Amino acid sequence: MAKYLLLKHYRGAPAPVNDVPMDQWSPEEISAHMQYMHDFAARLEKTGEFVDGQALAPEGAWVRYDGEGRPPVTDGPFAETKDLIAGWMIIDVDDYERAVELAGELSAAPGAGGKPIHEWLEVRPFLAAPTTITE
Amino acid sequence: MDEALLRSLIPSVLTVLVRRGADFAAAEDAVQDALVEALRAGAAGSSPSLLDGAGEASSAPTGNPGGADPLRDPKGWLITVAWRKFLDATRADAARRRREDRVEEEPAPGSVPDVDDTLQLYFLCAHPSLTPASAVALTLRAVGGLTTRQIAQAYLVPEATMAQRISRAKRTVSGVRLDRPGDVATVLRVLYLVFNEGYSGDIDLSAEAIRLTRQLAVRIDHPEVAGLLALMLLHHARRAARTAPDGSLVPLAAQDRGRWDTALIAEGVGILQAALAQDRLGEFQAQAAIAALHADAPTAEETDWVQIVEWYDELALLTDNPVVRLNRAVAVGEADGPRAGLAALAALDPSLPRHAAVAAYLHERDGDLTTAARLYAEAAHRAPNLAERDHLTRQAARLNARREP
Repeated sequence: MAKYLLLKHYRGAPAPVNDVPMDQWSPEEISAHMQYMHDFAARLEKTGEFVDGQALAPEGAWVRYDGEGRPPVTDGPFAETKDLIAGWMIIDVDDYERAVELAGELSAAPGAGGKPIHEWLEVRPFLAAPTTITE
Repeated sequence: MDEALLRSLIPSVLTVLVRRGADFAAAEDAVQDALVEALRAGAAGSSPSLLDGAGEASSAPTGNPGGADPLRDPKGWLITVAWRKFLDATRADAARRRREDRVEEEPAPGSVPDVDDTLQLYFLCAHPSLTPASAVALTLRAVGGLTTRQIAQAYLVPEATMAQRISRAKRTVSGVRLDRPGDVATVLRVLYLVFNEGYSGDIDLSAEAIRLTRQLAVRIDHPEVAGLLALMLLHHARRAARTAPDGSLVPLAAQDRGRWDTALIAEGVGILQAALAQDRLGEFQAQAAIAALHADAPTAEETDWVQIVEWYDELALLTDNPVVRLNRAVAVGEADGPRAGLAALAALDPSLPRHAAVAAYLHERDGDLTTAARLYAEAAHRAPNLAERDHLTRQAARLNARREP
């Protein structure tokens, strides 16, 4: 019973094995990919391991406080960042091994040629609420 | 009839239905329906409004409501209503006609024998075929009588997720017969998991775990059940003092002992002593003994660390848990000085959780503040929860600030 964040990156992850950009897939391949992600989430709902998941647009901006009485500074779209999050899913599983197992399955989503992308996903544990026993 | 009373009746009502031939999932649904009816009846008007619920039951196609009076015999009433709900559901399901025939042959529910076999429900809900997460959810639902929404909120997951988790768990155990006791150790592990989840939202899972363990202790004379109950009570007694108003962690030595719940401590110690007298030592009793020695000390300085080390030695014999040896190193550090503690620590794998935090503490007590600060920072980086990370970060910052010229 621990929550993990599965992060999918647009950019910043090591290159996947089946490394063909999505805009070069056929529409059928894209549909198959989407269906796989959808089915994966639906399956985790059934096992009681799904918490939440969303896809993120690639556009984003850096924002910063610019002092009292002034509007926040924005730095426009992420031009220089090397890491772009494409989406995330939160799962609630028994242990780390299960989190890795599920991330592995998600990484097998089909891409170009209908073959698994083997993309790299990031698995990050949530910092939990304090347990009772710390003394 | 208040909700707490109704909830406490759920497990035995459920067990009666299962024994009469209802399968677990159907029985569970029926009991929940009956509970809703009871609560609705209770909310609809003043006492004895629950009689209205029984009146409905008598007009239902089941015929004989069993004549239970909801006020004098709430359990009998719940069983009657739940059984009717079960029969209704069974009848509605044409595919289950054969089972219907079978249940029709069962004697009509009359007076309820006062045999408490809730115990079997504990074993069923902690069945080894279930994952820990499922066992916990099913226990809270079936034995604890919590709603799916309450359990989902306590675990911060969507209600639909928890509903699926529970219905899968029910399916997993649906073929398991309720006729032979299971493994006490598994039940205790599940209850301890619930306890350690702490609390969030409306449901205090620690209090819930204590409530369920108390019920279990009444039904089963087992020194480890008593040991776990004592351990929970002793930890729970110190809860108010464990965190500052801002939510930050207060280490044991710095806790305001005036805020410890002495009644809970006394109860825990009493239960523990009775358990130890049975001379069947187990993990939970040993852990409770350590907690009792902490709770017993009027000040941190007066803690009987020598005895605590001895209990950790016992515990190490009972379990192969490296965390026990880590905690033992802390106790050795207190009993024989930080150098002795560091020597005990040196034998352990540095990748253990909290290894760096223990090393930092022992180095600080030994006067090596530079090493201690570095280790506190390292420990903070690896801390499993926010409160602990913040605490360790502050420790590092405190030492770093002190070393500044």
